[in-house]
Amino acid sequence: MSKEFMPKIISFLCKWCTYSGADLAGTNRMKYPPSILPLRVMCSSRVNPVFLIKSFLYGADGVLIGGCHPGDCHYQSGNYYTRRRFAILTTIFDSLGLESERLRLSWISAAEGTKFVRVSTEFTEKIKSMGENPAKKKIFL
Amino acid sequence: MDKVLKIDKSAEKGIVELLKYLLLNDRVSGVFTLRKTGNNGSFDYALITEPALLEDSIPLHPFMHVNAGKILSALPSMRKPVAAVIKPCELRSFVELVKRSQGALDDFLLISYTCGGSFPYKTTVKGQMDKLLPEFWEAVKSGLDSDSIRPTCRACEYFVPMNADLTISLVGEKDLDSKCAIFLHSGKSKSMVEGFEAEISKGELKLSRFDSLVKKRKEQKEKDFKEINIQDSGLDGMIDIFGKCIGCHGCSRICPICHCILCDFESCAYDYDTSMIENELLSRGGVRVPTDTILYQIGRLSHMSFSCTGCGLCTEVCPADIPVSTIFRKTGEEVAGLFDYLPGKDVNEEIPVTIFKEDELSELGND
Repeated sequence: MSKEFMPKIISFLCKWCTYSGADLAGTNRMKYPPSILPLRVMCSSRVNPVFLIKSFLYGADGVLIGGCHPGDCHYQSGNYYTRRRFAILTTIFDSLGLESERLRLSWISAAEGTKFVRVSTEFTEKIKSMGENPAKKKIFL
Repeated sequence: MDKVLKIDKSAEKGIVELLKYLLLNDRVSGVFTLRKTGNNGSFDYALITEPALLEDSIPLHPFMHVNAGKILSALPSMRKPVAAVIKPCELRSFVELVKRSQGALDDFLLISYTCGGSFPYKTTVKGQMDKLLPEFWEAVKSGLDSDSIRPTCRACEYFVPMNADLTISLVGEKDLDSKCAIFLHSGKSKSMVEGFEAEISKGELKLSRFDSLVKKRKEQKEKDFKEINIQDSGLDGMIDIFGKCIGCHGCSRICPICHCILCDFESCAYDYDTSMIENELLSRGGVRVPTDTILYQIGRLSHMSFSCTGCGLCTEVCPADIPVSTIFRKTGEEVAGLFDYLPGKDVNEEIPVTIFKEDELSELGND
């Protein structure tokens, strides 16, 4: 029997909100799946859409961007730009027939440790049902 | 209401006459137009200040070898505006560049025309021009498409210029060989042509007269989009289409919107070092060289697709015959549609990625 498929989800988490939310989940001993590979960024708008494209093409099963709720950005408006860029990128993915469901944007504040656990579990389950990223096995990218 | 100049000469002679007038009377500092450069059919854009040099100018030549929008943005700002005769898509591209602080509308008197399309550049290189040109002008007169124009042009519905100071009416003008009608839209153009000897009347370029051609072009566009069918073939389709890419980056060099002097994708951030290649080999067992061709294409889409004016030069320069322009136009339209954005329409409309609204896209990120 092969082992159960555990996806790899590259997660770009904003230092001020989502990363702290993940920290809170940790200090509260809440469990979230080992699929989440967190990368701390100073702001969700630091995430160049090319990071997502690259993660996807290099075989990440999912990519998560976590940021502050709209209006709560530490830098006033960073997450509004993230939102537009994310909308643009998912539209591009849809237009090219790539799986935009593997990309996810979530607003999780520093106080929402439980939400972080819920979102990461839900997203992991969804990716599990979708299966491995087909890009993983392609060498001609 | 707009004014219309009627000159009793063929369209091309008429506009050259007007350009000469503007130059001789010091209304403009220079003229930017297509000009013959040799006797073998070669031509190029030229910035001219000497009126005699206008003799060899061919402002309405139906060829597009570069996007003039990009060239205009590189020209120096002169004492007075420069009269530039460019195609509608080049004008839209220039407006997109102006939004990116790469040029100023005030530096130019922008002259454009209702465009019947252009031929693939290769037809002039191969010297087939003489045969094709008469047939082309007949088609323009009757408001139809010539069969040999570029596929991109056959699918272009924006052949009526936006933001032009002057528009030369070509499409559907039966007596192009003897009459030249030029519409003056802006105050700038009206004051500049003052004193020019021609019949001046009030009139407007009615868009309704182009309805049937617009409809036909739109149908062609939908057909092209359907033909590449990229949205249904997914990752494998991407590999099929861009597998041919040789990584020359010619599409971004010719692209009027890609104005960055150092393109992100040519920076060392995308260099592969030995360890990266080793990692790839360990995880996939093989790595394609040149690397990252699909990353480059999707990345470029994320950088500029919403501003794509569909000039089609990327398709034309592609040595691997990849329909880059069709893909970029399709995706670009979908992305721009998110924000009701039409590239090159309004210089005051901001580029989608540089602004935001607080109350938009509220469905995103809320879990």
